[in-house]
Amino acid sequence: MDTRQAAAAAIGLTPAAWLVVRFFTDDLGANPIEEITHETGTWALRLLLVSLAVTPLRRVLGSRLSLRYRRTLGLLAFAYATLHFSTWMVLDHFFDWQAIVEDIFERPYVTAGFTAFLCLLPLALTSTRASVRRLGKRWVRLHKLVYVAAAAAVVHYWWLVKSDVTEPFYYGAALALLLAARLPFGRFR
Amino acid sequence: MRTMIKIAQPGAALEREVTGESLYWSRRQFIKAAGAGLALYGTGLAGCDDGPAAEAAPGRKLLTLEAKPSALSSAEEPTDYQDATSYNNFYEFGTDKEDPARYSSELITNPWSVEFGGEVGKPGKVGLEDLIDRSALEERIYRLRCVEAWSMVIPWIGVPLAGVLKSREPTSKAKYVAFRTLHDPEQMPGQRRPILRWPYREGLRIDEAMHPLTILAIGMYGRELPNQNGAPLRLVVPWKYGYKSIKSIVAIDLVEEQPPTSWNTSAPREYGFYSNVNPEVSHPRWSQAKERRIGEFRRRETLPFNGYGEQVASMYAGMDLKKYH
Repeated sequence: MDTRQAAAAAIGLTPAAWLVVRFFTDDLGANPIEEITHETGTWALRLLLVSLAVTPLRRVLGSRLSLRYRRTLGLLAFAYATLHFSTWMVLDHFFDWQAIVEDIFERPYVTAGFTAFLCLLPLALTSTRASVRRLGKRWVRLHKLVYVAAAAAVVHYWWLVKSDVTEPFYYGAALALLLAARLPFGRFR
Repeated sequence: MRTMIKIAQPGAALEREVTGESLYWSRRQFIKAAGAGLALYGTGLAGCDDGPAAEAAPGRKLLTLEAKPSALSSAEEPTDYQDATSYNNFYEFGTDKEDPARYSSELITNPWSVEFGGEVGKPGKVGLEDLIDRSALEERIYRLRCVEAWSMVIPWIGVPLAGVLKSREPTSKAKYVAFRTLHDPEQMPGQRRPILRWPYREGLRIDEAMHPLTILAIGMYGRELPNQNGAPLRLVVPWKYGYKSIKSIVAIDLVEEQPPTSWNTSAPREYGFYSNVNPEVSHPRWSQAKERRIGEFRRRETLPFNGYGEQVASMYAGMDLKKYH
């Protein structure tokens, strides 16, 4: 990891550090567990979308933008998703397995969120250089799961809100743009 | 048995007397100071704190209200005042929990009147001061259960809705009561977007409306209602999910047919007309088996009818409460 990646990681961890500060200054509001859940979840989604911006940006910037950022951002997204998931499981449900399982299977928004998390898991596990070498072409195919994860994460947010879908819409639009930027426009000419 | 379903005995002391009024405000500030001390640097809020009334209601001084204690009050400890006034669902001022406290300062609550209509002998507009007899005010400490699986305990100040309705002389055709919130996007910025079909509407069956637990509140925690909590006049129906307790009411109609209600219209599968608190009937998004009491860490079991079953269950005898959720 070079200094620039370390800097990217440090910036990426700032929201988590800020949550810790807010916790100790009693600034998380009336429902701190909900606030932590929302913040970690939102940052997981944001970082996932930013990691998806690396590839299209390289079309413009070329190799000046290192692919390593993609891994750093992807791992940061996974870190927030893990915090989000554990907040829900530990702080919110306090290991109430029956409620957790019921939520996963019966509440569509939880099903979607859990799907997103499950998709990210193998990607984080195979993020090392050794894995990339060992898996070769299969690595590329496996990592297409990130699109499923991102779509599931947006759906998770969309289904979660009660009636005001403005914010999930923005995230969905951003994802749609990022996917469109991958279309091989040249070939259609 | 949990202490939470304990009902205070007649002659029980006012919550204010039990806790000591200043304690309403001080708990949170104590935590704040402790937290600030822990982190070495304060947030800067504690020093310039202007007192709870100023903090909770920008631009309006909340007057103290005198109220009699009620045997229908719960003996549970009320939710921290700061929490009760900063964590609100009042979509007329925005959909974030903090929005109502932030964006409700433009609401004009004085003068205020309520228009009565429908099946009543005495229809027409009534000024708030004529509608609520200040000498009859009672403090009712009730549990408040939101459909989002969190809950609070609020010391409301108000009068039974029954008396107010009877004063308008309902006819025999009055089978339901329909309530309406103010519709004014100038004062209520959340209404500038079609989140719900404005104005907000709610309704009760006439026996629910006449039930002694159902009140019209004009205050809480010993003072007038802050804007974000539904000033100057709101409904409180403690055995139903919070969204039934409509805020900032400008119209009350007595009607023959079941009236349309906002959340039911918006998502009929998710929100029924009755909306009685029921741990057995899950919402598509939230299991209703448990709830988080604001200020507590672990979730607690949700009780049928929010713990008011003894008083209200008989009204629904023979009804399929899964169907009529």
